[in-house]
Amino acid sequence: MKTAVKNRDGRGVSLLRRIAAAPHVAWSVLFVVVPLIFVAYYSFTDREFSFTLDNIAAFFTPRYLQILWRSVKLALLATGFCLLIGYPAAYFIARADAKKQKILIMLIMLPMWMNFLIRTYAWMVILQDKGIFNSVLLSLGLKPLKLMYNEGAVVLGMVYDYLPYMIMPIYSVMLKLDPRLVEAASDLGCNGFQVLRKVVVPQSVPGVISGIMMVFVPSISTFYISQKLGGGTFLLIGDVIENQYTANNLHMAAAISLVLMILLLAGMFVMNRFADDGAEGGLIP
Amino acid sequence: MKKSRVLSRIVIGLTLLFLFAPIAVLIAYSFNSGKSTVVFQDFSFRWYQNLFEDKAALAALRNSVVLAVVSTLISTVMGTFAAYGISRMRSRFFRSTVMSVTNIPMMNPDIITGISLMLMFVFVGTMLGLAESLSFYTMLIAHINFSLPYIILSVLPKFNQMDKAMPEAALDLGCTPMQSFFKVELPEIMPGVLTGGLMAFTMSLDDFVISYFTKGSGFQTLPLYIYSMTKKTVTPKMYALATIIFFVILTLLLISNLTDQDDGKNHKAKNN
Repeated sequence: MKTAVKNRDGRGVSLLRRIAAAPHVAWSVLFVVVPLIFVAYYSFTDREFSFTLDNIAAFFTPRYLQILWRSVKLALLATGFCLLIGYPAAYFIARADAKKQKILIMLIMLPMWMNFLIRTYAWMVILQDKGIFNSVLLSLGLKPLKLMYNEGAVVLGMVYDYLPYMIMPIYSVMLKLDPRLVEAASDLGCNGFQVLRKVVVPQSVPGVISGIMMVFVPSISTFYISQKLGGGTFLLIGDVIENQYTANNLHMAAAISLVLMILLLAGMFVMNRFADDGAEGGLIP
Repeated sequence: MKKSRVLSRIVIGLTLLFLFAPIAVLIAYSFNSGKSTVVFQDFSFRWYQNLFEDKAALAALRNSVVLAVVSTLISTVMGTFAAYGISRMRSRFFRSTVMSVTNIPMMNPDIITGISLMLMFVFVGTMLGLAESLSFYTMLIAHINFSLPYIILSVLPKFNQMDKAMPEAALDLGCTPMQSFFKVELPEIMPGVLTGGLMAFTMSLDDFVISYFTKGSGFQTLPLYIYSMTKKTVTPKMYALATIIFFVILTLLLISNLTDQDDGKNHKAKNN
């Protein structure tokens, strides 16, 4: 039958098959690969487009390294908190009955689709000097606290904005977890904690890894959260890129982007060594 | 058993409280007649009225919808054909290379996607001697760019799951390859196309970072408008906007959930 198809219409079919992806491939080269080459090109040139290492060298000075370290630290903290809150949440949602599960997942996704500018700003309303939290403190006869413009507020903003990105992939691997494995483990004498440690956690590693990446990447590169909740009292790497862009200092913006990208690539490479296959645990359940 | 049920309720309850409390605050204060976010004076629609009289907000909304519709249409068509081509690729190496490149805009931080496109647009614009390198079209390209991987990732599994004998049968029965694609394959993959399209549409409406770096001076989208609002002292007009966005997304999610269920019913009907 196959040869029959080939004889009659095979050429047409294979032509369509061959060219179907062509527009996308051309597009990806032109608007994904080439722009990344431009990042490298701008990084290693000055305003006259002659070769220079100054931009890259400027990055490896105490000022920028300190900013980089702070960005890594805050993004790691945010990722850690997201995992701490998101993992149990995903676990319990996956164990809820089917109807309830659908509603719960919808509720987790709802804030995810709300603009993060709004979600970040909502925390400003709560944490401001004369905000809701402090007015509650005042009415209880306590002293108002300085809650904003510090690293803690920025981490809180990151956790709040990106928590759904941690829950969703972990939830989707938890769904695939065979309940018989859990039963077998408890039948064979594991207690609840042992079942978790020996069966559930190892099986959920791919989801955890994609969750970590999906929270860490936007956290380390944010500039809005730090601008608003950090109040510009300290800079993160995203802030510096944005500042250089607004100052029309495109070559420096490119150099910092390049360094950030290479660091993230290295990080992902290490993470992928932990996960055997990254195929599971996508954002799409 | 009972203990874990209580724990489950507590964990899920606290997570939802954390996620929704700040949004609830915004919604509540959008109905406050005063400007304060501490004292709730009177219930009023004052800020909603204010919002609907704001020409810049309405223009931004219109721009966002136009951009989202156009970028969704283009990326859905291009992405669906791409998924078809990728699913039928014989060379494993070529397929995995294409997939890796496809995933780049999804893996890269938005700020780098935005900066990289902006650098190219500025470079090309200067080379061509344009007064302004960035415009509606550069933003459109950027939006198609970040939508494509999501379309491909939701359509590709549908092509892979499809019974390969079906299009062959169509060809045997005299369909041209195009006819077989539109009559046999497209209906099969439609749920994936719709999911991907809906996702692309929402992401385009929602995107701030990439738009921020690729925007032209005359074209402002809703997230860019929100950004400019939060640069100054915010009036509760923004909360009214947030409330409307919240309910629009809630409706969209409910609709997509309902269509999911319909899908299941259709399958059952088919099997019977």
